[in-house]
Amino acid sequence: MAKGLRDIKRQIKSVQSTKQITKAMEMVAASKLRRAQEKAAAARPYSDKLKEVVFSIASATKDITHPMFEKRPVKKTGYLVITSDRGLAGGYNTNILKKVMVTIAERHQSKDEYEIFVIGRKGREYFRRRELPVVEDLTDLSDTPSFADIKSIAYAAVQRFELSHIDELHICYNRFVNALTQIPEVDQLLPMITPEKSSAVSASYEYEPSASAVLEVLLPKYAETLIFTALLDGKASELGSKMTAMGSATKNATKMIGDLQLTYNRARQAAITQEISEIVAGADSQS
Amino acid sequence: MNTFLLEIVTPDHSAYSNEVNGVSVRGIEGELGILPGHIPFITPLQVAPVRIKIGNEYTSIAVSGGFVEVRKDKVVILAESAELETDIDIERAIAAKERAERRIVAVKSNQADIDFKRAELSLKKAMNRIDVHSKK
Repeated sequence: MAKGLRDIKRQIKSVQSTKQITKAMEMVAASKLRRAQEKAAAARPYSDKLKEVVFSIASATKDITHPMFEKRPVKKTGYLVITSDRGLAGGYNTNILKKVMVTIAERHQSKDEYEIFVIGRKGREYFRRRELPVVEDLTDLSDTPSFADIKSIAYAAVQRFELSHIDELHICYNRFVNALTQIPEVDQLLPMITPEKSSAVSASYEYEPSASAVLEVLLPKYAETLIFTALLDGKASELGSKMTAMGSATKNATKMIGDLQLTYNRARQAAITQEISEIVAGADSQS
Repeated sequence: MNTFLLEIVTPDHSAYSNEVNGVSVRGIEGELGILPGHIPFITPLQVAPVRIKIGNEYTSIAVSGGFVEVRKDKVVILAESAELETDIDIERAIAAKERAERRIVAVKSNQADIDFKRAELSLKKAMNRIDVHSKK
């Protein structure tokens, strides 16, 4: 009996130290999440402004024939998938990867019809294991990535569209709703949806050298910025998901410790009762 | 004196926001001075210092990959990076310049190569930073 007691004691200790770890991870994720959200907020003015300018030029000029607005027959599709480098983030990676696999299975027959750009080690390993066509990958991003960090992969993806290697570019990421909810999404990035033609008042700009030349410079930038915003959103989702996962792990650990403590107390009580009855029985037989 | 609001915004943060008397930038087509009352105007920028005039004081900001939008009420510069004199890490910039120069020599045989363009761009960026820093 005494050995059983020791075993339970040891188990409680082990669960307790696990709980300490998950608790710490939860708190770290919570503070990082706040920073990631601030970062996403800081990036918003830039992308909003860029969008405003791009759309005002595009709607002001009569016939925009920029390749980025042009719908081509789709021979090959590019997917840019945003995942995390590390695990222990609940369903974060599984959700988005599953969504990508379902989308691919629906749309394509063979591996020649699509290619994948992937951010994050988890996603890279997942696609490598399944031997899917990964053309570019990026890992070891910090929790608050800067624009320069993702410039190369964003540039590569947009470039492959411009050179007609791919005819569509979709971006797959977890959209951040709040710390509890993240929705995996597959959004079409290129070709861009042509803005509504309107006689807006914003059409009174002078362009140097010309409207189409300015658009030429701005559109790739805009596409890269959209990728960056999606990445920041993905980061916030990752940390939110991690926080929730670690929070529930801590809760489970607490419950487990309670259960084990109860078992321990019962066992201890039983051992004492048995000892007493043995003593009493011994005393009885003496008298 | 007449002033207007100048904002410099990058994807990472809002780098600058202030009332200024004038600003001088290097657009795709050439050097360009903007004073209060300029007509609405948009042009992409070269990798170059942006010179800001407040009173009789001049400040420089190293800007790369950006464009300027002049509106009736304010001027906005959107750029991939924008650094004030005080933010520039001069040692890093000098190291980057040397690295870029070495790379240019290495790929010089093939000028159309994308590597050459990349090296050239990073050389420009480095020299831009050094330029702004030395004006301090």
